[in-house]
Amino acid sequence: MPELLLELFSEEIPARMQAQAAADLKKLVTDALVARGVLYEGAAAFATPRRLALHIAGLPARQPDTREERKGPRVGSPEQALQGFLKSAGLASIDQAKIEKDPKGKGEFYIAIIERAGRPTLDVLAEILPPIIKSFPWPKSMRWGAASTRSDSLRWVRPLHSILATFGPETEAPEVVPFEVDGIVAGKTTRGHRFMAPGEISVRRFDDYVPALEKAKVVLDPARRRDIILHDARDLAFASGLELVEDEGLFDEVAGLVEWPVALMGEFDEAFLDIPAEVIRATIRANQKCFVLRKPDGKLANKFILVSNILATDGGKAIAAGNGRVVRARLSDALYFWQTDQKPLPDFADKGSLLDQRMAKLRALNIVFHEKLGTQGERVDRIKALARELAPLVGANADDAARAAELCKADLMTEVVGEFPETQGLMGRRYAELQGEKHDVCVAIEDHYKPQGPSDRIPTNPVAIAVALADKIDTLVGFWAIDEKPTGSKDPYALRRAALGVIRIIRANNVRFSLLSVSAKSIALITVATYLRWVKSKINQEELLEKLGVSKATIDVVHNEISESLGHNRGQQLAEETGGRAYEICSDLMGFFAERLKVQLRQEGTAHEHVDAVFAQLQDQSSPARSDLLMITRRVEALGQFLDTDDGKNLLAGYKRAANILRAEEKKEKDGGKAFLEPHAPSLRSEPEESRLALEIERAAKNAKKHVADEDFEGAMRALSHLREPVDQFFVAVTVNDADPARRLNRLRILNELRAAMHVVADFSKIAG
Amino acid sequence: MSPSLDPTRSFQGLILTLQRFWAEKGCVILQPYDMEVGAGTFHPATTLRSLGPKPWRAAYVQPSRRPKDGRYGENPNRLQHYYQYQVILKPSPPDLQELYLASLKAIGVDAALHDIRFVEDDWESPTLGAWGLGWECWCDGMEVSQFTYFQQVAGVECAPVSGELTYGLERLAMYVQGVENVYDLNFNGLEGAEKITYGDVFKQAEQEYSRHNFEHADTALLFQHFKDAEAECKALLEKGDRGERHDMVLPAYDQCIKASHRFNLLDARGVISVTERQSYILRVRELAKACGAAWLKTEGGGASA
Repeated sequence: MPELLLELFSEEIPARMQAQAAADLKKLVTDALVARGVLYEGAAAFATPRRLALHIAGLPARQPDTREERKGPRVGSPEQALQGFLKSAGLASIDQAKIEKDPKGKGEFYIAIIERAGRPTLDVLAEILPPIIKSFPWPKSMRWGAASTRSDSLRWVRPLHSILATFGPETEAPEVVPFEVDGIVAGKTTRGHRFMAPGEISVRRFDDYVPALEKAKVVLDPARRRDIILHDARDLAFASGLELVEDEGLFDEVAGLVEWPVALMGEFDEAFLDIPAEVIRATIRANQKCFVLRKPDGKLANKFILVSNILATDGGKAIAAGNGRVVRARLSDALYFWQTDQKPLPDFADKGSLLDQRMAKLRALNIVFHEKLGTQGERVDRIKALARELAPLVGANADDAARAAELCKADLMTEVVGEFPETQGLMGRRYAELQGEKHDVCVAIEDHYKPQGPSDRIPTNPVAIAVALADKIDTLVGFWAIDEKPTGSKDPYALRRAALGVIRIIRANNVRFSLLSVSAKSIALITVATYLRWVKSKINQEELLEKLGVSKATIDVVHNEISESLGHNRGQQLAEETGGRAYEICSDLMGFFAERLKVQLRQEGTAHEHVDAVFAQLQDQSSPARSDLLMITRRVEALGQFLDTDDGKNLLAGYKRAANILRAEEKKEKDGGKAFLEPHAPSLRSEPEESRLALEIERAAKNAKKHVADEDFEGAMRALSHLREPVDQFFVAVTVNDADPARRLNRLRILNELRAAMHVVADFSKIAG
Repeated sequence: MSPSLDPTRSFQGLILTLQRFWAEKGCVILQPYDMEVGAGTFHPATTLRSLGPKPWRAAYVQPSRRPKDGRYGENPNRLQHYYQYQVILKPSPPDLQELYLASLKAIGVDAALHDIRFVEDDWESPTLGAWGLGWECWCDGMEVSQFTYFQQVAGVECAPVSGELTYGLERLAMYVQGVENVYDLNFNGLEGAEKITYGDVFKQAEQEYSRHNFEHADTALLFQHFKDAEAECKALLEKGDRGERHDMVLPAYDQCIKASHRFNLLDARGVISVTERQSYILRVRELAKACGAAWLKTEGGGASA
């Protein structure tokens, strides 16, 4: 069967866009074909730095013919209706239409038979390809050359040079798909590697295209290029007794930078190994797209792997040497940063230790964290206060927590972190160690950002836990207070991740505290800070401007502008508002935590109904228990285990039965069955099973309550499990809907007591039987 | 070839070779703009000439000042004053990449021996209100040039699009001379007592300017200069405005350049906070945009007489 080969040949396509572009090309072309009735057997798309290629196999030579019957107006309809029908069906006169009887006997109708002969697939391709190319969804596209004076000129990711498009069966010489896009006429030629085989190559179809490219030093398939890089890099490392530090993202990126990968090994001066390994790696990776290597003892080696795009005439010696030189230059920059960070800061040398000086600079620069939430300095003050509050709750020393919080953002002012933001936290720790901070403080500085993602490490050091929680809770409460909550897919401040971080830290470390009361403290801190900022803003701006010799009149104008742009005159208002809304904000945030916890538990395989049952039960309580995430989790786990037992399953069935009866009866009552909520009267019990159940309910409710109060959830479940047998017996022996209305009411009251007793532990109504 | 003219043996030889190469490709060879700028793009021959419909081809060396990059002459790779070689071709020719590679060949970079790569780098100049798509050009892992198709300059869509090539001359020279430290570059190609190095010419300047940029530049004065330049730029634009035409864009644009450099100096002195930084950039951009709009009302900008 015929097949299509399409290649769009351009100047270098950014590595990060290639995979998506190949996928888009495949989808757009195959969708357009299918929409025109042209089906295919298989399609594959590829990208190299200079080309997007698409192969679609198993296409028909022609579009299938179509036949459509279109029902028209009734025979004898007015002329206008007939004309409309002729026009829409493409008929010249009404004689060309068939007449058919309506099966429902409503008379005779005209029927138009519209037959369309399928067009050659070649023509269909020539029709669909130009618009796909013209409106290709590149993340960023550009105009170029003389044509760019026209507003409708072709846009592509970089200048597009040629299009190859052939179509035909495997056995014959394929045809060129006849189309052009903004002056580029589709043909059957392409070019090989930019330097090693720049000449034109004539291509027939995919089968000879791939080997022809390979001969011209182009590996078409990015997955193959990646494999070549991985294996050659490993081999080179192995040959030198070293191990490649593998880096998935970098493999993909480098595969998108070369058409003909050649791995080479470079070297740098051993003296640079004094720089922290993470910084060396970040330097070599970010700037040079090279891989670092490890020695057998796990330490970094002074060698690296680079991937070049050519087989050089000298075997790559000059390339390796050149790269080595660049890496050395970069590392000498990194070394300069690392050493500068260990020297006093010129204007802050009197502000204590090296990190204290950086922190003083961070405060002095008034770097804004968020317009409405103040500066980074203010934020650190809040984190510090909150970390102090949290410390005793998580078993940490409060002074250490405050010290770690004070320094935790200081490394943002270091040269190394300025150059390599991904080393934040880690560099703070390194510098803290150098200046002799306590071990716990050092650990906390590094770990307070954690966990960042699902695979990231969770802090376990108590001081780190206090600071990490304080940092995240301050962020969450702050954005909640200014109503910048995540919506749908939008979460620009990564608040979901922060909340999940809090949950994971709490669970992994079994720490217990009321999130609600900690959040309330956090909001108090934010409110006070906001108010102070508003007061301060009145003074600072004016002083500064006056110092610069600005006239009073200008100051007034500027002051008004600044106040408005920074929202300072909204500051007081906000302070008042957040103060008033503190409870509301915090409980809304608790709902968000609950949602995240549910999502998390569900991902771990816990039935979401179990989670719902526990949360619904807590809904009625205003107690801090509602925001004690660890207890909630334990409760959910205990419930899950109970429901896995036979007792649990049967009791749930009994509960369902009782609840269903109650619900049905409640519906019959005008007031929804308020009378059922009263205690039952022992004197009206007539059957032994009835009495037994009533007594067991009383006992179970009492015990369950006690266990819940003691946070012994297994115990609470066990208390409930004693109900299973009496419930079963009750339903066997007792008819609830007794003829005597007093007895009926009494029995409904017993069932209500059963429901209430079980709800002490969880809202079982949320669980499907 | 005399070593004094050899691009692989002298810094000046490298410059002269590029001058000849681009002169033969039809560029007017201009001299550097006589003001302090951060990059060759600021030269009116690029910023303003890239606007409007008129074809234009020019090449020139531009001394570029980046006050923050000063290292007191101690870093082998960083300078607060260095040279860019700037080529602007409007509209961008279809074989611009080939032309660029040929220019590398002319200065002694053999593409069969070296790994030359076009690595994504979307260029943006927030102060000029300009952006374009293109690459960093790598030679064996070293960025030696910027290659950009201008899409917008001074807030105006480029029609047609210009191609801009910016060579980092010191880096290229270090590469072709095989030198690890910029100050060791052979400037004049001679040896022994007659040899003049880059360090002989510029090391003292790097030390002195680093002191100035980081420690001693009078910030109150600089703030004032910034404001003066800003005000003068606006005033000139107003005075030269003749409705459909404008007759004083170039002097106004000089003031925009001046404001931009004063801002860079203030930034190096560390007296501009992150929040303020944005507003200063914005103020310069407003000037650049106003100049760009005015340029379109001049003959050079393609306005009909």
